[in-house]
Amino acid sequence: MNFPILSVITFLPFAAGMLMLAMPATRKNEVRAVALATAVIDLILSAWVYLQYWLGDMSGYQFIEQYRWLPALGISLKFGVDGMSAPLVLLTGIVMFTGVLISWGDDDPHVMAGIQDRPREFFAFLFLLAGGVFGVFVSLDLFMLFFFYEIAVFPMYLLIAIWGWAKTREYAAMKLTLYLFIGSVVALVGALVMYWTQYQNTGILSFDMIQMESAGFSSAFQYAWFLPVFFGFAVLGGIWPFHNWSPDGHVAAPTAVSMFHAGVLMKLGAFAALRVGIMLLPEGAKQWSWLVMTFAAIAVVYGAYIAFVQTDLKYMIGFSSVSHMGLVVLGVSTLNHNGLVGAGVQMFSHGVMTALFFAITGMIYDRAHTRMIPELGGVAKVMPFATIGFIIGGLVSMGMPGFSGFVAEFPIFMGVWGRQWLVAVVASISIVITAAYIMLAIRKVFFSDMPEKLVGHISPITALDKVAISTLCFFMIVIGIFPAVMVPMIEKGVENVLRLLGGA
Amino acid sequence: MFTSTIFASILPEILILTLGIILLIVEPFWKAEARRNVGWLVAGGLFLSMIISLLLGQPGEPVSVLGGMIRFDWLGFFFKMLFMFAAAITALLMMDHEKAGQRGEAYLLLLASLLGMNLMAVSADLVMLYLSIETASIPLYLLAGFIISDERSTEAGFKYLLFGILASTIMLYGFSLIFGFAGTTNIYSLSEMFAAGKIALPFFFGLLALLIVGLGFKISAVPFHFWAPDVYQGAPTPIAGYLSTVSKAAGFAVIVRLFFVAFSFGDNLALLQSWTWTLAVLAAITMTAGNLLALNQTNIKRLLAYSSIGHAGYALIGVVAFSQLGAASVVFYLAAYIATNLLAFGVVMAFSRVTGLEELEDYSGLSRRNPLMGLMMLAAFLSLAGMPPFGGFVAKVFVFAAGVQANYTWLVIVGILNSIIGVYYYLNVLKFVYLRRMQNEDEDKHPVALTRPYAIALIILALAVILVGTVFAPWFSWSDAAALNLFRF
Repeated sequence: MNFPILSVITFLPFAAGMLMLAMPATRKNEVRAVALATAVIDLILSAWVYLQYWLGDMSGYQFIEQYRWLPALGISLKFGVDGMSAPLVLLTGIVMFTGVLISWGDDDPHVMAGIQDRPREFFAFLFLLAGGVFGVFVSLDLFMLFFFYEIAVFPMYLLIAIWGWAKTREYAAMKLTLYLFIGSVVALVGALVMYWTQYQNTGILSFDMIQMESAGFSSAFQYAWFLPVFFGFAVLGGIWPFHNWSPDGHVAAPTAVSMFHAGVLMKLGAFAALRVGIMLLPEGAKQWSWLVMTFAAIAVVYGAYIAFVQTDLKYMIGFSSVSHMGLVVLGVSTLNHNGLVGAGVQMFSHGVMTALFFAITGMIYDRAHTRMIPELGGVAKVMPFATIGFIIGGLVSMGMPGFSGFVAEFPIFMGVWGRQWLVAVVASISIVITAAYIMLAIRKVFFSDMPEKLVGHISPITALDKVAISTLCFFMIVIGIFPAVMVPMIEKGVENVLRLLGGA
Repeated sequence: MFTSTIFASILPEILILTLGIILLIVEPFWKAEARRNVGWLVAGGLFLSMIISLLLGQPGEPVSVLGGMIRFDWLGFFFKMLFMFAAAITALLMMDHEKAGQRGEAYLLLLASLLGMNLMAVSADLVMLYLSIETASIPLYLLAGFIISDERSTEAGFKYLLFGILASTIMLYGFSLIFGFAGTTNIYSLSEMFAAGKIALPFFFGLLALLIVGLGFKISAVPFHFWAPDVYQGAPTPIAGYLSTVSKAAGFAVIVRLFFVAFSFGDNLALLQSWTWTLAVLAAITMTAGNLLALNQTNIKRLLAYSSIGHAGYALIGVVAFSQLGAASVVFYLAAYIATNLLAFGVVMAFSRVTGLEELEDYSGLSRRNPLMGLMMLAAFLSLAGMPPFGGFVAKVFVFAAGVQANYTWLVIVGILNSIIGVYYYLNVLKFVYLRRMQNEDEDKHPVALTRPYAIALIILALAVILVGTVFAPWFSWSDAAALNLFRF
């Protein structure tokens, strides 16, 4: 079978975006229908890729497609997935699908949920973003990786600035874009240097990352260039101390964009940092892993603590993302089997979980017009479905056994323990803090008495919202109960990373 | 002897000249209301000329023709096609300019200037080069000051004239020194003379300074940029667009040919590095000054002027690299830049034609007043900022790649810092277009209509910007073929 499935997954959102822009602005529902259809197709295709990979022998890169794009400079459009990226492709499909459902909206003037203002442009930009994200996850060519990476970054500016929270959107959008752009161009310089050094070493002019694995970069070279490349990408992963853009961006963004942002985009940073930073510069990774580990441990605890003291529900989740993404980077920084596997699962698990959190927060905000935890209460009576979803998300976040969070966090801590037990001890404080803020928030927002102001203003959620919540919960529970649907696959991906690290 | 090669080498110019003569004959017979149609004639004629040239006038092995005055190679040919494309678009954009578009003279001056630009790209002799620069410039002085009823335009014309003449005389002095030293004016013979190493370093520096004044003016490099913002703001907008794209690209065509061929210096690294380092510093200053000054602009044309100064700096990185990739990346950069900047100026032109306004704040609500124009603006400014899938991204990466290859990593880092500044102010413009609203939020009542010539021109440009940014292989291989001609002759 030579159906170019990865290119279809990647380019379909772009095509759909163009199509939507060509439609008349007044046909809002038709635009939404096109968006939903595209998202469904992409979800099915990405699930198909995942299943095929899982059912097969799960070895190496599969679904490889290669088109010569600019042979003169060794640029080719080379796609393929391995055990690390296949779950992330699926994750993107899930978030895209649920994001469209959440943004469908409700024209009822009492509710005005979702995107009512210029949905055509909204979905077009959102899909541009989605296509870019797919592109990064499947690209095996460094040039194309950057190409898609940048495509995934700039629509964020528009999405946040135009449809975001009026109070902070301009500031947050610009801050976010500048942070991410700075990170990516710093990494770009590193990539160009790697490209020419490879040419000097081997005489091969190519951006192919698999090729670059054997480019023979000297140790000194790797020590010098690991930091800019790794941290350039890790900015998007929200690594402390470059995380500042992230909570602001989360809060200012409209719901679907927050979901994309925390659910997928931050994974993009961690994934690219792993793929380019660690896999291409393994010596440098070994040299600097202590630094990465320190930063990540600070992010884990600091993020959790800041989340704990927030009164704004969205800021709380925003900082919890910093904390959880810190766990991903922490797992990566161990450079051992357990840590990396945990990081891989955590990327997926956190993506789904945080998308769910933001979706439900968005639903509450659309109805209550406030996100301040002290001003909310008793939401469970009107939105029981959303409440269950939030609780499941909370359990995942706390790392309860039986949910995907446990499958992810347990190996990470094991891996960290193997490297440096002190860091594991310090980082594990975050579990307690996380449990505290999640449970406090659940109690206050969902189960305390509803404030007078809100009574009668909160309407039940729509059927589409329920579909979105159930989809997200489904994945968290399935992975929690049957880790075998994901862990062996990620282990295969990790084997490849470890091979490059020289079995460290 | 007039062979078919000679004919092919100047075929585009013959066609442009023919078009000009047709214009002169036809235009007086048209009624005053119909004069605008000259724009269709010129644009159509230029597109047709491009097709004919592509079919019949493609260069083979590089040769010098017409007594060594003209070099017939891919470098020149690719630039010529770019210039003709841009001039055709400019003609379309001029059509609905209230004061300039109804008059045949404006189009004739445009063609005359285009003729000069084309010859600049192929000149292989300093005398020919100087003449073609003047041919290109004099019509532009007139066009910049074309609207005599408008003080700003008159001022722009004068300013451009004074600066231009000064710069070109200084450059001419440099040319005369070269002749005095080498005894020849042919760029390709110069190469051998200089390669023999018979030139003292201090003398070469003096020479370099003189040349850089003239050429730096053309590409509006800092510190020879002072004319640019005022002229762009005052000149009729399509002319400003033409100045900032074609005129600048023509300057680069000359720089690339002159420096790569005449100043390659064989194995003499000291002499070679004397000019690459000079240009590297010039590039760094140009980028930084252009981008920093653009930050505070509130007038869109001035903002574009400073941004175009910054872009000259980026393109110079490719020249500094002095490699085949460097030359190819400059050519590619200019191709992407011409399409992008013309698109930006096109939207500005279309907007100010309806509203008469040019401040950034006036763009509030544009995406609601005309979503298509909003998207065009988006494409143009993101491409200027260097974001994919638009042309600016790939172009920048190639230039930076060339810089890194040539061990000018510091310059690339300067370039990258500058593109971060760029992202800020380009996105700032989009903030007005997409986010801000008009005062009474009644955008529906203030539509901004596009007339047909604008719609055609803008759509062609937007497609070009996206095509250059995604399917970049063909453009790059042409740029590469052009670059190859610089190293194997």
